[in-house]
Amino acid sequence: MVKVVLKEVSKYFGKVRAVDNLNLEIKDGEFVALLGPSGCGKTTTLLMIAGIYKPTKGRIYFDNEDITDLPPKDRNIGMVFQSYALYPHMTVYNNIAFPLKLKKTPKHVIHEKVVKVARLLRIDNLLDRKPSQLSGGQQQRVALARALVKEPDVLLLDEPLSNLDAKLRIYMRAELKRLQKELKVTTIYVTHDQVEAMSMADRIAVMNQGKLQQYAEPNILYDKPANIFVAGFIGNPPMNFIEGSIMEVNGEYYFDSGVFKLKIHRSLGEMISSKTEEAILGFRPEHIKLVTTKAPNAIKGIVYVVEPLGRDMVVNIKVNDTIIKALASPEIQLTPGQQIYIILDERKIHFFNKSTGEAIV
Amino acid sequence: MLSLPRYRIESRKTKALLRSIIKYLIVIVVAVIPLIPVWIMYLWLIMQSFSPKVNLGIIPLGFTLNNWRFLWSPLKMGLKTYPNIWPITINTLLIALGVSGIVVLISTLGGYALSRMEFAGRTGMMKFIIALHAFPSVILLIALFIILNKLGLYGKGYVTLLGITLVKAGLEIPMASWIIKGFFDAIPWDVEWAALVDGCTRWRLWRSIVLPLVLPGIGAISIFSFLSGWSEFLLVFTYVKDEAYYTLPVLIYHMIGEYKMVDWGLLAALGLFFTIPTIIFFSTSQKLLLRIYVGGVKG
Repeated sequence: MVKVVLKEVSKYFGKVRAVDNLNLEIKDGEFVALLGPSGCGKTTTLLMIAGIYKPTKGRIYFDNEDITDLPPKDRNIGMVFQSYALYPHMTVYNNIAFPLKLKKTPKHVIHEKVVKVARLLRIDNLLDRKPSQLSGGQQQRVALARALVKEPDVLLLDEPLSNLDAKLRIYMRAELKRLQKELKVTTIYVTHDQVEAMSMADRIAVMNQGKLQQYAEPNILYDKPANIFVAGFIGNPPMNFIEGSIMEVNGEYYFDSGVFKLKIHRSLGEMISSKTEEAILGFRPEHIKLVTTKAPNAIKGIVYVVEPLGRDMVVNIKVNDTIIKALASPEIQLTPGQQIYIILDERKIHFFNKSTGEAIV
Repeated sequence: MLSLPRYRIESRKTKALLRSIIKYLIVIVVAVIPLIPVWIMYLWLIMQSFSPKVNLGIIPLGFTLNNWRFLWSPLKMGLKTYPNIWPITINTLLIALGVSGIVVLISTLGGYALSRMEFAGRTGMMKFIIALHAFPSVILLIALFIILNKLGLYGKGYVTLLGITLVKAGLEIPMASWIIKGFFDAIPWDVEWAALVDGCTRWRLWRSIVLPLVLPGIGAISIFSFLSGWSEFLLVFTYVKDEAYYTLPVLIYHMIGEYKMVDWGLLAALGLFFTIPTIIFFSTSQKLLLRIYVGGVKG
């Protein structure tokens, strides 16, 4: 088990900056998710840690040892690919045994280890089959077994759950997390699914366009997003954003969107206006209170569509031209076209600098 | 739709039936009829070789093995006696095996490089390969003669055959590399990366993971190059003057070429003998060859 450190790592493909000046430290035994939309450079980062891509700039360390120039085989890593990448011409047993054979492990030790890891992943009844005879979930377990059998220092997972059906994915999420805690292997997990990252990882590195946006614990990403990208990427349904400006009238501060004015606390107003005039207001759907009668400092809107989800419902509210999504309990009776008032909890709203996208509060 | 009157549904059914009959008729005309002359030719070959005399080309009158006498006695044609068939078959086999061996060895390496490695001039090279194929070997005869002569690969019995094998392999390698490249292309990068992570060197990866996955491709190019070496005529005809080093195609040519009296029965038997490897290969490896167009890895 090792600590992984990336120092000012960049990878360019021609003129495209796939990864741009990435600094990341993954603690010994930690489960870190690299989260971002497709093409954000997360898989490239993983492949650099694996040693398949060489960074254009920067160094990678395992436990203070510079491994940037080591080939993959000398890094003692295990990796699971999105496609599983099993060897189609080998049986499950040989697939799992392959890394050990390359290490010239004695045969009886190989057998012991393969059977042990196969039992751990509950695939010990499939050892004689070929990969093409397995279901997606079974293939995924074989790939995981192959990665784990050599007792790697670092486990790299590239969207391992994305090819599974929804039910199995939720099951494997918990299974993987349990396994990682049990084996205490440093794990780097690439995903574009924020739910996966939030539910499994100790820390999440959010990336966009090759740049690290924020690296923090899941609850911090959720409560204190560093910028508008992170705020919009984490959470489902996503955060609502409204552009506007901060104005002061008679010592009182308002957020003015052009359609409505929202009174905000003096200290908050002073803080924002000291940094920028143009701001973006952000608030999560679950932090909205909906009332049907007029209330002070409430935003007036019209119910546009209601999406019931069973446990709760997403109410789409039209405020002038913008749609605001709110989560509400399904007990409220709402009909499209109905007038409604939105009340925001001032402790849970966010303001972002419009020009830089950075979070102010 | 269900409310349509009964008679209309009936008439639609008839129309659909008619349409499918017409479809089959077109298939028969386009695909089966052109094959008939080909089948007649093969039938002619078989009948001619096993019968002393035939009517209308394909109706045998009696049975004889006389036409196959070359298998156990020297081959006589008019006044001339040709060498025994077996050494000549071995010559042909040597060229065919040599060509396919060299082609497989070099194409699997070259095709892998073309498919997987980035190097300057890669695209240019691939275009050039296709262009190369447009030139027939006839135009190279004189240049090749000079080269073989300078290298001492001309006029020395088996050494000449070696020279021809090298030339033939050289002519086959570009296309074979191109074909096998397609098979390498079909292997996902993930599989190679997984092997590298698992602890392979590039060589080990090529040997243990990549090669087994392109076996159908290797089968295909080895068969193609074997048959192309087996049936090579022009190079042997031009460069080999000593009858002892003839190959089957050249021998067959001489059976037709030198005398006005052609022994059709003998010729047919020789022709059939010559096609034996082809028939063996195609009947055993049809599936393999078909996969060329389907491509490599099956998950």
